[in-house]
Amino acid sequence: MNSVRPSAQGQRIALLNARLLDPSSKLDQPGALLIENRQIADFGPGLFNEGTAEDVMVVDCAGHCLIPGLVDIRAHLREPGAEHKENLSTASKAAAAGGITSVVCMPNTDPVIDQIALIEFIARRARETSAVKVYPAAAITKNLHGKELTEIGLLLEAGAVAFSDADRAVADSLVMRRALAYAHTFDALIMQHPEDPTLSTGVMNDGEMATRLGLMGIPNIAETIIVERDIRLMELTGARYHVSHLSTKETVDVVRSAKARGLPITAAVAAHHFALNENAVADYRTFAKVSPPLRAEPDRVAMISGLADDAIDVIVSDHAPHDQDSKRVPFAQAANGIVGLETMFPLALEIYHNGEIGLLELLAKMTVNPAKLVGLDAGEIKIGAAADLVMFDLNAPWQIKIDKLRSKSRNAPYDGRPVQGRVLKTWINGRIAFDIDIED
Amino acid sequence: MDRLQQDNLFPHRHLLGIADLSASEIGFLLDVSDSYIDVNRGPNKKQTKLRGQTVINLFFENSTRTRTSFELAGKRLSADVINMSVATSSIKKGETMVDTSMTLNAMHPDVLVVRHPDSGAVKLLSEKINGAVINAGDGSHEHPTQALLDALTVRRRRGRIQGLIVAICGDVLHSRVARSNIHLLNKMGAQVRLVAPPTLLPTNVERLGVEVFHDMRTGLMDCDIVMMLRLQTERMRGTFVPSTREYFHFFGLDSDKLAVAKPDALVMHPGPMNRGVEIDSVLADDITHSAILDQVEFGVAVRMACLDVLTNNLRADATGMVS
Repeated sequence: MNSVRPSAQGQRIALLNARLLDPSSKLDQPGALLIENRQIADFGPGLFNEGTAEDVMVVDCAGHCLIPGLVDIRAHLREPGAEHKENLSTASKAAAAGGITSVVCMPNTDPVIDQIALIEFIARRARETSAVKVYPAAAITKNLHGKELTEIGLLLEAGAVAFSDADRAVADSLVMRRALAYAHTFDALIMQHPEDPTLSTGVMNDGEMATRLGLMGIPNIAETIIVERDIRLMELTGARYHVSHLSTKETVDVVRSAKARGLPITAAVAAHHFALNENAVADYRTFAKVSPPLRAEPDRVAMISGLADDAIDVIVSDHAPHDQDSKRVPFAQAANGIVGLETMFPLALEIYHNGEIGLLELLAKMTVNPAKLVGLDAGEIKIGAAADLVMFDLNAPWQIKIDKLRSKSRNAPYDGRPVQGRVLKTWINGRIAFDIDIED
Repeated sequence: MDRLQQDNLFPHRHLLGIADLSASEIGFLLDVSDSYIDVNRGPNKKQTKLRGQTVINLFFENSTRTRTSFELAGKRLSADVINMSVATSSIKKGETMVDTSMTLNAMHPDVLVVRHPDSGAVKLLSEKINGAVINAGDGSHEHPTQALLDALTVRRRRGRIQGLIVAICGDVLHSRVARSNIHLLNKMGAQVRLVAPPTLLPTNVERLGVEVFHDMRTGLMDCDIVMMLRLQTERMRGTFVPSTREYFHFFGLDSDKLAVAKPDALVMHPGPMNRGVEIDSVLADDITHSAILDQVEFGVAVRMACLDVLTNNLRADATGMVS
């Protein structure tokens, strides 16, 4: 089969007339890039000034941006166990269309990714079915029960890139202390879902809106209390620690001050927490039900200032596909989650277009920062790196249409939202994984 | 068509909550209700307005008084009334709800009266229904006909709502009755107070336009109306009050606490009462203060009015008069 198509192995591709952007080296200039042997062979302003050789395939970028493929370190890909909602193949198509070339999948599958066999299963399924690179995060505790630690060292050796109990917090202080202390031995990254379960029995943000809707609220402190406790445990154990996605102004402040004290804390925000506020759930719109909940407007604004001043290091999709039956129910019964692989990038670009953050600074949150955090050799334009690249039109206006989403589930509260900035082509290992001219 | 729409004093297909209504629309429903009180007290209670129409009482939550009240209201208007109690299993009850409502819709009911334990469930259901939907209570969200019958009771006993001081006391957190009443009383110009321990008050409730008290004797001072709420232990997860004994001591209504209100203060309760928990038994039966039986009586009239007005709109809709 491969013999009919030109193998990417030997092919040389020249991407001409691009605006090269690399957050890690602060590169932002016009130039060209050469892909050879699936890798970035050369790039720069002067490249191909003398023309290209005949055997080189030429792609004219027409002045559009060329960036490292995006790295999303929090997505629920539902395989194994909930393939009716999503699988690695459908998720990877959505990711590639969204400019994402590497995805870290969460372990809240069925069975839970809490043992080596499951890590190997994900690696094999990804190899066989996924267009993008998929890396599993393993559970911190067995079966996500928050009690017994998983085999953190062995899982790390098998290929887990981080540890997370997905949509549950490790609530027990003693278990969290041991998780941090033990993970520190291997420099394994613990990613905490920051929500005290006893304070978060509600179903949406606590406040006037919840009171009007007659829904139980989840207060901001449910999040802050866990992060403040964990910071004490970091100090005790010396471990590094990552807040998997925060939603409140207070938590951003807490993370910012912990960083100022020199602690190895990092934090991510999901795109919906800076793109939407709690008003999105008015009229009981279950598509906007998510965990942690969409918060009040001052919290949303705090996400953006946290990104701008580096209190927040990473942007994630928190892609959480759900079928109709999980969402077309009364609000309190509806599942938490929003699909986000295709919308993370355009929603993030809104912050740039609004003048809140520089383009390289914004791109760093979706490329080099998350890659370094989970130890992936990705998210950079450098010679010898895998040719995972994205070409996008920075200014193209378009509208999100949820019935066009490539994910198997389409639970997104963005239908009709106007956005600016569109992915045109995505290469993974030098091969086209998405091309808007073909697919759209 | 526009002119007819403007002339419609209640241009709504469904009655889902008080929050969606204007003061004049509420006033209109109360006026129609008033006329049905006289009908209900007369020798011939049977009207023919809903002859040939079908009303389904669809209850996903136990109810005796509200369901009976709606049933009676429908029958007095000559509708064919069917009661359906749907036992809700704890898992996947939402699927049951949407499926059940679509099944019922296929049988062409004119009005669906729905109660559901989840806030927003009745609105979700109304999106699948071609007829009119009346919310008979959804979770902790709204119970519009209860607020209307309370307002009718106040208006009949006091002659007005405007300018009265109304204290709503007790478990506001879990109460749809409280939310509907807060909306209605504010729209009609009353001054609303809430009296409850902080654990039974929803967050930022003062933004709904109420004054909050944690002490009965200051909260009830000079009140015209005292509305007591039932302590909804079935909705409670964990401890909201240490014991019913302690609750009654501090927040239960007795003649001592009522003494600070206006001498002719009216005591109301949506029922069913927990005697000795939120209200003293003697006071509940005291006819000079208690309006509890009026509330029950006027409830039937209010529900007849709602059925009447909404089915009128359905007929107008069929001829293109209501959008």
